[in-house]
Amino acid sequence: MKTKKASIGLGFLPIVVFLSVWEVSVRLSVLPENFLLPPFSEVLMEFYHLSMNGVLGENFLSSLFRVLIGLSVGSVAGIIVGTGMGWSRIADKALSPIISLFYPIPTLGWIPLLMLWIGINEMLPITLIFICSFFPVLYNTTTGIKNVDEDYIKAARSLGASDGKILLTVVMPLALPNVFTGLRLEAGMAWRVIIAAEMVAIPSGIGALLMKAESLIRIDIILVCLIVLATMCLLFEKFFQCLENHMTRKWRPNAVHIH
Amino acid sequence: MPSISIKNVISHTHKNLNIEIRDKEFLVILGPNGSGKSTLLNVIAGLSEYQGTIKFNGNAIDHLPANKRDAGYMFQNLALFPHLDVASNVAYSLKMKKWPKQKINRRINELLRLVNISHLASRYPANLSGGEKQRAALARALAASQTLLLLDEPMSNLDEQTAKYLRIELRQIQKRLGITTLYVTHDFMEAINLGDRLAIILDGIVEQVDEPERILFFPSNEKVSNFIGSPNILDCESSKFIQKGLTEVNCSGLKLMVLNDGSDIRKITILPRHVYISDRKPRGRGINRFQAIISDIIYRDDRIRINLKMENSTLMAEISRPIYEEMDLSIGQKVYVILRLKKIRVLEKNRIFRMK
Repeated sequence: MKTKKASIGLGFLPIVVFLSVWEVSVRLSVLPENFLLPPFSEVLMEFYHLSMNGVLGENFLSSLFRVLIGLSVGSVAGIIVGTGMGWSRIADKALSPIISLFYPIPTLGWIPLLMLWIGINEMLPITLIFICSFFPVLYNTTTGIKNVDEDYIKAARSLGASDGKILLTVVMPLALPNVFTGLRLEAGMAWRVIIAAEMVAIPSGIGALLMKAESLIRIDIILVCLIVLATMCLLFEKFFQCLENHMTRKWRPNAVHIH
Repeated sequence: MPSISIKNVISHTHKNLNIEIRDKEFLVILGPNGSGKSTLLNVIAGLSEYQGTIKFNGNAIDHLPANKRDAGYMFQNLALFPHLDVASNVAYSLKMKKWPKQKINRRINELLRLVNISHLASRYPANLSGGEKQRAALARALAASQTLLLLDEPMSNLDEQTAKYLRIELRQIQKRLGITTLYVTHDFMEAINLGDRLAIILDGIVEQVDEPERILFFPSNEKVSNFIGSPNILDCESSKFIQKGLTEVNCSGLKLMVLNDGSDIRKITILPRHVYISDRKPRGRGINRFQAIISDIIYRDDRIRINLKMENSTLMAEISRPIYEEMDLSIGQKVYVILRLKKIRVLEKNRIFRMK
């Protein structure tokens, strides 16, 4: 326990050092004058101010809502289609070419097309997040299902399980680690995509606040937005990591426990 | 309990397979790697495609899919579900049969007690030793069927000590439950020690189905004899009871001790790999030691066969190439021969074989 606490303390140390150097160097005017950087304490004050007047909360909630809806729908769809493709050779053969065609397109590349098709409304960022999470989750799920050892399937069959039961009780649980790899990667990616989309096309959300701050040359606000973004990426990734650990830790022989 | 009849079965490894398996018997399927032993289990379990007819108790089951065949299958790599604990692995087939929860729990407890792993019910396979995994897989197979057990080289991944212990337990459990069992192995000694009968499959064809002694003393053809290791068979003229469990026999001019309670012994057999040779006189006054002269040396890949000439008999020994090279043996050399008591098998005069 002591070691764990010590290692957490050690992990925070570089951050504290970095913030202190930042604060002191700005206060002592070590940096050149045209280098626009407020001290960290001012950024913190602005964070407090924006939180109190509701601007940060409002924009954050807009972004969070979009990420949650897009990520949930995209992941569920990815898991369903991915399971179908992993389990049924026909589904795999039928869908593989089209998936291979769409998968390499960068999510942000869809923005111009979606702006014309959907218009500038809530559906635009949600659709982008959907695309961003759907393909990688699908890909990882398909791989996970295909990689389940044939012997487990044979064993389940000889133990009286129908195809549907085999899929539900053996194949899907064993594919979970792969599914979670997809989810974990995309949970962070969804925040990066939403910020980019809001910067380019949407008038609300953390990304839009970033753009407004840029036009007003409010570097403190820009930094507040970036801190929020970094924190959310990290929290979402950690959430899926913890969920995966919780669901598979007991039985994975070489499970990696990330604290 | 089912007797199983396999008629004219053709699969990707079987040319035309016919075996009758008796109710409650322990039949060992013996053959080299790739001969079609495991495929035979898959065919019976409905996991491999085949042509021909398989009957359980006279009823054809060819139309039944694997999940309706009611066979307990223990795979070579065990295939215990890693995401389920031991109790849930055992319960799997019972849940598929929609047994009520209480009945399932009762059955799990019975089976785990039977295989002596009650204390491991909530462990996951990743945290079990080799022997414990084996027991869990056996319990799972027994849960799936009370009538037919299919075991595919179940001891192949265990150390010899654990395997030995488990074999004895397996045989006891099989006898107690009276469950028809098919046990696949490529190890001849394991087969003759375990099976009520042995079925020898070579290149997808059943060459002989018989009791172990009959296969040892009367292999049906050269292929079978070669496969089981060309045993030395000696005819015995007389036998004399020495003490409980020990009998002296006179076979082809050799006076030997064998493990027997003084019955009239007709023949004895020992595999060439159990005939030990030494270029120096063994120390002490051990039993079953003779002097011999090497009459021939036959090179067979990494095994060397050595023909030994004694006064009135000949024996064949088999040693590995490194040992042969170390001993530096040559034709005409005088050597000492040791026949290990435990490795000699006897055929009694009053032994009556059931007809094939």
